[in-house]
Amino acid sequence: MIELARKLTEAFGASGYEEEVRSVIREEIADVVDELHVDVMGNLVAYRRGSAGGAEPGKRVMLAAHMDQIGLMVTHIDEKGYLRFAPVGGILPLSCWGSQVRFADGSVGTVGLDGRVSRDDKVPALSDMYIDVGATSRSEVRQRVGDVAVFWYPFAAQGNAWFAPSMDDRIGCVVLAQLLRELKGAEISHDLYAVFTTQEEVGLRGATTSAYTISPDVAIALDVTLTGDGPYATPAMEVYMGRGVAIKVKDSGMISHPGLNRLLIAAAEAEKIPYQLEVLHRGTTDAHSMQVARQGVPASALSIPSRHVHTPSQIVDRRDVEAAIALLKAFLARPIALP
Amino acid sequence: MPDLCNLLERLSNEFGPSGRERSVRALIREEIAGQVDRIEVDALGNLIAFKEGTGPAPRLRVMVAAHMDEVGVMITQVQKNGALKFRPVGGLDSRLLLGKRLVIGDERIPGVIGAPPPHLQTEAQAGKPVGLDELFIDIGAENDKEAEAKVKVGDYGTFATRFTVLSRDKGWPTVRGKAFDDRAGCAVLAGLLAERYPVDLVAVFTVQEEVGLRGARAAAYRVEPDAAIALEGTVCDDLPRPEDEDTTPVTRLGHGPALSLMDRSVVVHPGLLRLLQETAEAEGIAIQYKAPAIGGTDAGAIHLTRGGVPSAVVSTPCRYIHSPASILNLNDLENVLRLVAAALRRIERAHLARM
Repeated sequence: MIELARKLTEAFGASGYEEEVRSVIREEIADVVDELHVDVMGNLVAYRRGSAGGAEPGKRVMLAAHMDQIGLMVTHIDEKGYLRFAPVGGILPLSCWGSQVRFADGSVGTVGLDGRVSRDDKVPALSDMYIDVGATSRSEVRQRVGDVAVFWYPFAAQGNAWFAPSMDDRIGCVVLAQLLRELKGAEISHDLYAVFTTQEEVGLRGATTSAYTISPDVAIALDVTLTGDGPYATPAMEVYMGRGVAIKVKDSGMISHPGLNRLLIAAAEAEKIPYQLEVLHRGTTDAHSMQVARQGVPASALSIPSRHVHTPSQIVDRRDVEAAIALLKAFLARPIALP
Repeated sequence: MPDLCNLLERLSNEFGPSGRERSVRALIREEIAGQVDRIEVDALGNLIAFKEGTGPAPRLRVMVAAHMDEVGVMITQVQKNGALKFRPVGGLDSRLLLGKRLVIGDERIPGVIGAPPPHLQTEAQAGKPVGLDELFIDIGAENDKEAEAKVKVGDYGTFATRFTVLSRDKGWPTVRGKAFDDRAGCAVLAGLLAERYPVDLVAVFTVQEEVGLRGARAAAYRVEPDAAIALEGTVCDDLPRPEDEDTTPVTRLGHGPALSLMDRSVVVHPGLLRLLQETAEAEGIAIQYKAPAIGGTDAGAIHLTRGGVPSAVVSTPCRYIHSPASILNLNDLENVLRLVAAALRRIERAHLARM
């Protein structure tokens, strides 16, 4: 699985520009699913047929992990060859200066800070920053206005910790792709729609349209969440890296379906899978848009606790990733009876 | 080429803040009635015109949208002294309201946003903007009773600006008026209906864009298009700007149709972007790109409808939008029409595929 994580986290995929990561995922799962297609919004939709036929009819289960990552879009190239940019998704100014970024064609740059801005205490604005591609004049710049870059460092593993700038939400994609691989040849009692979504970071857009098309009975987003285990963590949060998959109770965009969460908790306890309950103060996931699709869908989210989300070096714990996969397998193996 | 200047003049002068678009709708309806197969007005007030294509079935259904509504104000209180308190409808900068002439309500009652004369200004007030809560509209009424005979709480107001031609120079024909955002788009969309295309064209003149893309959302659900193009009058900030500043304006006047790549509401569909680029190249139409990440349009609502709709945005640059007086270049407007018409002749199913 570590090789899968390396491949997926190192693929390029800014919101709206997910071609590369989509083709990498496609290759990884093509031979373990029954159907695979790309829809209008660029979502990669994989279908695994369930073998319903028991007493309980199977459900249509949608699992969503978003392929896109936050990025920086070029808005102006000045005469000296420096590139001004606008954020694509929630780029934090605090984490930009000095970061290495990479464009879809593989070219790289460093985020620089205007000389007119104090280095001392004030957090600069994104408009005070630029991407330096190492050019000495405008004529050397091969990027164009509209090109997008993402934070770029190679994947690294250290003990149980995995590092990558794209953990949000490539680690969800890893969970979903690995789940599909482990389900190969296995009987599952539900029809599974594994959707690798687009444009989550700019407004949960890919999940909005794919949930409409699929019209699932149950929906679960696979994403990262913040943790409360850092120094002086504010606000306090009872989610810790390494203590298991987090079952979302509530975030600022969604309250999970209580019946669905009871099933997830029961599956985790029966199989002795480490889990935590998550209340996220600010932020949301594709589960929000799936929950309000059509006439409404029972929805929840399974989160991988991640430190330094939306910064160039996000960390997750391999054991939490494994717990998420184990929980999904246990959940899909049971009847899904929702009141 | 339809007389876009004349059409824009009538559209710009018409009264149509978000939620009260009926005068604009009536004008457009009359203008396009003879040119389309069928017209519907939906529950929200969107004007939807159908024009069947000439190509072999099954034809693509392409929705082209422009919003009828403009930013304005709504009367919230009639004070004892006859002054009217108000709130903005859509994005209005309170700094530019002082002293502006308005018309209020369906009777188009004239008024002015009262401004105290400079004689009375204190040192503390000098150079400071006046907040929305301090502003009021004066319709010349003696007291609340007289004011209420003309205006009610809930009435809308818009700027009273009349359309003016500023330059007839063929190389640089400019006009001034209010509500070019998005009557410019409405003029182009009405102009597009002069022709029949290979694809089925559904022209949607939407409502309530300025308060949250509301009309387009419902219209797209009803129309279920295969592809969509939103036509806008968009930000143009080439003035004021220091001559030597090394920055890129959002758009430039007179530099042609502005294609969006990504704004706050949509990432433009790559196939449709390619279609517009190919079309501009083939037709010899100069285009520009709108600076990314600024503003949102009806495409933001349309592309997320049902299972998703490939969507693009083509804009006419308009200086000073959301103010009492915008300026646009008629060559830009005509080239938006030429570009979109040619794209409608050219669009194929292949443009809508994802790799």
